[in-house]
Parts: sequence; structure tokens; C-alpha cells
Amino acid sequence: MSSKLTETGAVAATIRKARQQVNQNEGLIFEKSAPGKRGMELPPLDVPAVDPAEALGAGNSRESIKGFPEVSEIEVIRHFTRLSTWNYAIDLGMYPLGSCTMKYNPRVNEHVARLDGLASEHPAQPADVSQGCLRILHDLQKCLLAITGMDAVSLQPVAGAQGELTGLLMIRAYLESRGNPRRKVLIPDSAHGTNPASVVIAGYEVQNIKSNARGQIDTDHLREFAAEDVAALMVTNPSTIGVFEERIAEIAAILHEKGALLYMDGANMNALAGVTRPGDFGVDVMHLNLHKTFSTPHGGGGPGAGPVVAKKILEPFLPVPVVVQKGSRYALDHNRPQSVGRVRAYCGNFGVLLRALAYTLAYGPGIRQATEDAVLNANYIRKNLEDSFDLPYNLPSMHEVVFSDARQKRHGVNTMDIAKRLIDYGFHPYTTAFPLIVPGAMMIEPTESESKEECDLFIDAMRSIALEAETNPELVKTAPHSTRVGRLDEVGAARKPILRWKP
Amino acid sequence: MYPADYRYTRAHEWIKVEGSVGTVGITDYAQHELGDVVFAELPKVGVTMKAGESFGTVESVKAVSEIYTPVSGEITEINSKLADAPETINADPHGSAWLVKIRLSDPQELSTLLDAVAYEAYIAAEAKAH
Amino acid sequence: MRYLPKSPSERGEMLASIGAGSAEELFQSIPEEFRLRQPLDLPGPLSEMEIIQYFQARAAENSRGYTSFLGAGVYQHVRSVVADALIQRGEFLTSYTPYQAEISQGTLTAIFEFQTLMCQLAGQEVANASMYDGSTALTEAVLMAERLTGKHRVLIARSVHPEYRQVLATYAKSLGLEVEVIGYAASGQLDSAALAKAKLENAAAVVVQSPNFFGVLEELPALADTAHAAGALLVTTIAEAVSLGIVRPPVEADIVAMEGQSFGIPPSYGGPYVGVIATREKFVRQMPGRLAGQTTDGDGRRGFVLTLATREQHIRREKATSNICTNEALYALAATIHLCLIGKEGLRELALQNLAKARFAASELEKIPGVRRVFSGRVFNEFVLEFPRSVKLINAELLREKIIGPLPLGLHYPELTKRGLVCVTETMPRAEIERLAAATKKILETPL
Repeated sequence: MSSKLTETGAVAATIRKARQQVNQNEGLIFEKSAPGKRGMELPPLDVPAVDPAEALGAGNSRESIKGFPEVSEIEVIRHFTRLSTWNYAIDLGMYPLGSCTMKYNPRVNEHVARLDGLASEHPAQPADVSQGCLRILHDLQKCLLAITGMDAVSLQPVAGAQGELTGLLMIRAYLESRGNPRRKVLIPDSAHGTNPASVVIAGYEVQNIKSNARGQIDTDHLREFAAEDVAALMVTNPSTIGVFEERIAEIAAILHEKGALLYMDGANMNALAGVTRPGDFGVDVMHLNLHKTFSTPHGGGGPGAGPVVAKKILEPFLPVPVVVQKGSRYALDHNRPQSVGRVRAYCGNFGVLLRALAYTLAYGPGIRQATEDAVLNANYIRKNLEDSFDLPYNLPSMHEVVFSDARQKRHGVNTMDIAKRLIDYGFHPYTTAFPLIVPGAMMIEPTESESKEECDLFIDAMRSIALEAETNPELVKTAPHSTRVGRLDEVGAARKPILRWKP
Repeated sequence: MYPADYRYTRAHEWIKVEGSVGTVGITDYAQHELGDVVFAELPKVGVTMKAGESFGTVESVKAVSEIYTPVSGEITEINSKLADAPETINADPHGSAWLVKIRLSDPQELSTLLDAVAYEAYIAAEAKAH
Repeated sequence: MRYLPKSPSERGEMLASIGAGSAEELFQSIPEEFRLRQPLDLPGPLSEMEIIQYFQARAAENSRGYTSFLGAGVYQHVRSVVADALIQRGEFLTSYTPYQAEISQGTLTAIFEFQTLMCQLAGQEVANASMYDGSTALTEAVLMAERLTGKHRVLIARSVHPEYRQVLATYAKSLGLEVEVIGYAASGQLDSAALAKAKLENAAAVVVQSPNFFGVLEELPALADTAHAAGALLVTTIAEAVSLGIVRPPVEADIVAMEGQSFGIPPSYGGPYVGVIATREKFVRQMPGRLAGQTTDGDGRRGFVLTLATREQHIRREKATSNICTNEALYALAATIHLCLIGKEGLRELALQNLAKARFAASELEKIPGVRRVFSGRVFNEFVLEFPRSVKLINAELLREKIIGPLPLGLHYPELTKRGLVCVTETMPRAEIERLAAATKKILETPL
């Protein structure tokens, strides 16, 4: 146990992973602004200047913007550096966030993305001077197809949610080409929120299907619902409780028998890469989250990329343009009469796609080792926390494990409180309150990037908090105690939203 | 706690009928489940509703609850005070935090609703299930 | 493998502690028929040095050393190494979405600043924490107008970026939204006579871009009046955001969908970029995307949190304003830092330089016999020229001179063959503008 509790419940002195230090204060950049300060100069104009009123027409120009920042370069460096020190990050330690796959973001990927000749390229430039870019896209396509066991790919969607929508639109187009787009898409109640949201945008109705007592898709229930008006089932595999859908082949068969398709949300691909291929177990179309499985950095919320991979039957419907190879040259093919259309201007998030390729090249066929380590870490943590936390589904975990706060609830401590107390131990919280099928969920995914040492520190911290929940629940309920700001008033923020600075 | 002259639904709305107009709100149980209310989305005056249709939502920071009309009729008034003070729904759910007034088109529908005793029994059972 | 922090003995230890004999046992729950027996056929593994070599080889196969006059929604602008250094700090680069506010105040404060800057630029009351890009931001803005008005038809100018319109068409099709395209006038602006003829009563919005795809500025106040009189909203999109340094902001628009790539984000062959939606406060609950709001903690300290989350998919699921989850946070940060560096006076100066360079280029090119400006409307840093022969053929010759010439418009606008879209920003040296003019003149003097 790494926590020592005092009579007054003061923060334990023997937290092993973290210790407090003075941390710089900083206001808003607008509060540092003063007339006449500049952070950047431009080279002098080498052509005749123009008068904006004359060039744009009277009344069409504006004066400089009131309230816009006026600060020096050093102030900008200090401001944002100080702000950065208030963040937790993968570079500092584990994020045990289930379904987020917070793995190491390799630095070489940042370097190659910035190379002159890559970062500088304009997406509308002729193919003749874009062969390098097009080859990068083509090479990534080949890798993603090999990993997933699919036949066709689009790199255009720029996020998982957009990939989901694209996949659903392709399903619709395919079914339309066969005479009937159908009306419904089946979604398990354990699904990520983007799934039903994407279904609605694709013009389908959501039909929720329940998970069985094992947290898996109830195949009897599925049989009932898989009618002629169902276009597809959206499955996440492993499921959002981290368990492989053992009946996936049966699930695919039930759907295919009725002429429906199987869509897979690839968010949990980190449990499968190199070990199994969705194309082999009946998936027709799926998206990948490159900012999860493929290491591209989360950057505080994005960017991402959500490429779609599919079986041959769906190839004609891919978004346009498609990257093709003609002999030794690469090109963008816009001549796709059955395409669902375009989901984003130009090719998509090329910079993100490039990073994903760099990641894949680093591993090669050895990508399996990453998957094995991810699953090993999750199971190691699970084994060591089973005594402290309630495990609602006692099934083999893959890359993530879901506990519940049931035991701690008896002392008035819930998953949110435990998560906040974890911050005092130097960790980012796990995923709280998701999936919806587990009340008081604690979803933990360490990823392969965590050493045994980091896993042990996490286990230690969680066990300690479990003890605290029993012996000193108030300490946990009022956590975190070690951060610059305490729990923030979210109710006030929503009742009277203040969404911008005003002078 | 639950006024005897109100009627209740299983979706935790209450209705107080005076003449042909019913005042509708959400119950104390509902506001408690929701937590601190931050916003209520209400329909426009003049809209006609069928019993059981959703006429708006009540939101907390982390959840959204649909509110369903206990009876059919026309919305005659909405409680505009809630826009600036949504917290009233937590403080006084059965009184000043009424949501809408509705002119009943079919008073017979009232007989299908729960009375205070039945509602209290219902929520006692719900609480046990949790 | 250098990304995996385990020694073989530690793996063995950990496997033993969970009662597994081998890593293979970890995958028992996968039906045997689906477990791979062979390693995947993938290139690699490559060392860091080899990875760099691979990408350097690709970089040499593109347009390094060429001068480009392309704009069309993606712009070459000055970028500062300061911004790039800051966004590479691990605490920004490798941090997660700021759901846990206490350990994400860095990200949340920067988002709040971004939202403020976008409002200041666009002349609007609220702005979100980013969308994917301009094309999807415009689509989401249109869907927002649909929700706000309850009407399912929009009128969009043909002078809006063709690829933005294509993205809208994809979403509109599955949502049953009717999109009517209104042509352009001799000025290059939306043809207001054609707009007047179109039935507006059941329209959710009139949608324009300004500066538009032809580089021409639209008359937003007049369009707003027309739209509002018919109970529709005015939605405007801005692809070249640097224009806001000198052009009057779209205050009359109800919803503004911007592309922020011009603020220090490299062209990077199409992405990642940063879209934004800015609008009036009264519409905020129908706005998609994340929002950072100011609040206090228990001790009264100022802090920031993600707020109004009930609009979003993780709470509202199928009834959400959008399915968006991941956004472009790191590039919103990059744009924020860039704008802080450029600053109030710098942004205006930057915009003025663009105006001047484009004016100079237009005048130099119009000196060439047979070359003339096509549209009469006012422009910022892009304009359309007519040439005496196919722009594609001219460009093929220009490419030999290591110049990437104007975007041929015939592909997207079949009636506009022999017209090209020229973009000139502050980064274009005068000598290169003169070289383009000289080379073009020479090419046109040579018979085909």
C-alpha cells in the first residue's frame, strides 16, 4: 500500500509517482496585451502598396481589430509554455483511458511530417509534382488493407465519426444499387455515442439492441431484429467492455443471410492488429482511428483520421477521389460514378496519414508484439485489481478492462470520485461512466506503451484509493487536492455560459 | 411531498388541472435523478400535442431528459422564468417551476394517470430496483 | 522494439503472474479459425534513420523548388517557428481531450483564447473549439441553419468552393436536404437577380463564400437583408481567413463557417487544417462541436471547462447536433499562437501585403496580350484571368520553368475554360511574380 492516512485525512505523503512543485501562474493573453507590442515582423513590401478603401471599396475595409492581442514573442513563448505545464500528457505518464488507446506518439513522426517537400505541398497541385505524397497515401493504403484483411480503402475521412458516416453511406449506396436502401441500423446499447449520431446523419433509424448477461450481442435478440428493413449492424469488437465478441461469425452470418451488412467500429483495433483480421471474421466495412491504434497524437482533442476499409463489394462506393497506381505512377481518380461523394475537401488529413505510415513502418510485421503487450498490460492490471474492485463481466479481457464502483459506492464513493483521486497519485483518470451498460463504469486501457513499472504504480494507486474509499471516503469525494484548480463549477458554466473573453 | 390533487405519469411528470387547463411539470423524483438543472427546452405556445409526445427537454450538465405531455391538447403558456433561473426546477419542482400550461382536448385521459399514492408506490419500487 | 518498454524477462514475469504460459494464451477468446498463424505482410521494421530516409525520398518527389500560384482554399502564408516549437511540447502534442478539466487547464485556456479570437475576427458572439475544416464546417453550419429554422432547403452560390459544395451535397443527400445552386454574375458574385427569382420562403439559408472561390468579395449586407426578409438565415464561409485582417467582417451573417489554415498551418497536401463555426449567442445550443466555458472552482479561482456538452454525441447520441467527437484542437492551438504573434497591427499589415501583391500580379499579367481579368468584383488575394489558350497547356509549359501556374477553372466550371485562378500572398517575392509574367508571355508568344 502506498498510502498512509493521517487522522485529519491529509493527502498521503507516500504517493510514489508524483510530488507537488510550484507551478507558474498565467492569465489570458488578452490580459497581457498593450498597444504597440508585436510578436512577429514581416519583411518589407517589395511591390507598390495599395489603399484598402480604394482596393476594396468604401465601407468594405476594417480598421485593426479591437481587443486583438498585442504582445511580444517572449510573452507568447512564456504564456503558452506556462499553459502547457498545467496539462497532463502521454509524455508524462499513463492515460488509462478505455477506448482511447493513449499510446506513445513517436517523435520521428513529427519530424517527417514537417519535411520541406511534404508539409509544403498544395493539394491541388498537378500529380506530376505530387508523386511523393501520392505514394505515401498508396503505401499507407496497402498497410491498412493488410492489417484489416480488406480489399478497398478511403483515407479521406478525418475522424472516427466521419469514418463511421462514410461507411454507413457506402452501405446505403450499395443497398440502393440492389434496389432497397432499407431503413434501420442496429446498434448495441454498449456503443460509443458517435455510432447512433452517425446513423442519423446517414439517414437511417437507430434500433438499439440489448447486450446479454455476458455483455455481448444477444444473438437471439439479433435474429429477431435482423429483418428485411435492417441495413446493417454496427459492432465494436472487442466490445466496449474489452471482450471479444465470441459469436462474431454467427453475427455476421445472421446479417448476411438477410442481405444486411456488418459494420465494425475499429476503435478497439489495438487488441487485434497482427493477431486477427476483421475481414476474416465477417466484417464488410469498418473504420480505423489513426489517432488511437496508429499513434498519431491527440493534440488536446484532435486532429485525427478515420479511414474506411471495406470488402470488394463496396469498392465502387468509396468517396472520391481514390488514390490509384498506374504502372509506376500514382494518381487521384475522380471518375467514380457510384461514389458516395466527397466527405472532405481534398484528400483528408494527409499530415495525420503520413504519421500513421511512419508508425506502421517502424513496426512492420512486428506490429503483433505491440498488440500482445497491450493485452498483457490490461490483463496484468486486471488481475491485480480484481480484489479491490467489482468486475461486472467476468470474461477474458483483451486490451481493456471494465470495473465498476459497486463496492466503493457502499461508502458513498463513485467512479468519478475515484478518477479524481487518481489525479493526486499522478495519473490521468480512466474513462468514467462509459459504456452505458455498466453503471459506475471504470474503463481501463493501459496500451502497450506502459512499462511494468508504470503498471505497478497504477495498480498501487488504485489499491490505495480503494482503501481510502473505505477508511476516508471524504478524502476521495473531494479530490483532487493537488491541482492548480479544484473541481470546477460545471453547473454554473452551463447555466450562464461565458464562452469568450471580453475587455 | 406529492400533492394529492396532482396526477402523475410513469415518466415522472405531474399535472394539475383547473377547469380545462392543466399545468405540467416534472416531479421531485425526476429533478433529484437529473441533478442540477442547467437548461429547460420548452415548446412554442400554440403547438398541439398528443398524450405521451415529447414536448421538450430538461438538461443537467451530463444528461438530457425528454419531457412527455401527460395529456393531449394545445400549449397555452410556457414558464419563461426558467430561461434565467433553471435551478428553480430543483428548488421548487411542484410549484413555481411549472413548465407549460396545456388546454386539455380530452379530459378522459386523466383517468389513466397515477394519483399521488400510486405514484409514490411506483417511485419506491424504482428506487429499490436501483 | 524501441516503442515497447518491456524486457523479455518482464513479459515472462507478467505472464506468469496472470497464469498465462505464453502471449498466445491471451487471445483464447478469439475463435481459433480467425487467429493469424503468420506475421502480416507489411514493410519494415525500419529504424528511425530508415524512416527518415523513406520520407526524405518522398519529399524529393514532390514540388520542392517550385513556385506555386495556387490558392483555391489552401494558402501559403508566413509561419513562425515559435508556434511550431510550442505545439511540439509534449504537454500539448500528447495530451488528451480536456474532459478532466483539473489537469487540462492548459488546453482549455488556449481553447477559450481561440474562441475569443475567432469571434473578434468574424465579428460574431460565440465560436466553437474547432471543426475539421472549412468544407465540413460549412456543411455543419448549413445543418445548423436547418435545425434553427425547421426548413429543409438551402440556396447556395455557385461561387462557393466546388469541393465545399460537394461535401455539402454528400451530407444533404442522406438527410433529405434540398440544395439549390444559384449562379454568378459578371462581377463574379452571387447573381442577386437569380436569387430574387428563387423561392426563398421555405429556405433555411442562403449560403455564400466571401472572398468566394473566384477571389471576389460578396455583398453580405444586401444578401443578409434578402435572406432575413424571407425568414431565412445567411450562412457565409471564409476559406482565406487572412482576408479578415482588412476586409469588413461578416457581422450580418447568422452563422460563419471558417477555414483557419491560413493562420500558420502548413498546406500539407490537404490537411490537417482547422474549421470553426462562429455565430450569434442565441444560436449557441444548436451549434455543433466542443465549447470551452469560463467558471470557478470551490475557492473562487478562475478555470475553464468543456461546457454545454448536452449538444454533443456522447450525451445526446442519436439526437446530437452532430456526430463530431475528435476535432482539430492542436491546429486551433497553432492558429491561436500564430495570431498572438502576428497581433493586431501585424494581421492588418499582413492582409495589406496580400492585397498589394495580388494587385501587382494582376497588373503585370494583364500587360500580356490576350490576358485579362474576368470578373469585375473586388478581390483580396485571388483573381481569375482569361487566357488566349487552354490554361492546362500553359501550365504544362510553366511547370518546365518550375512554376505551378493558375488553377484551371474548366474542371469545376465547364463554361470557364481558358480561365485560371491566380493566388498571390505575402510570401511571393516580386521577382517570382515578374518571372511568372515573363514566362507566361513567352509561352503565349510561341505558337502551339
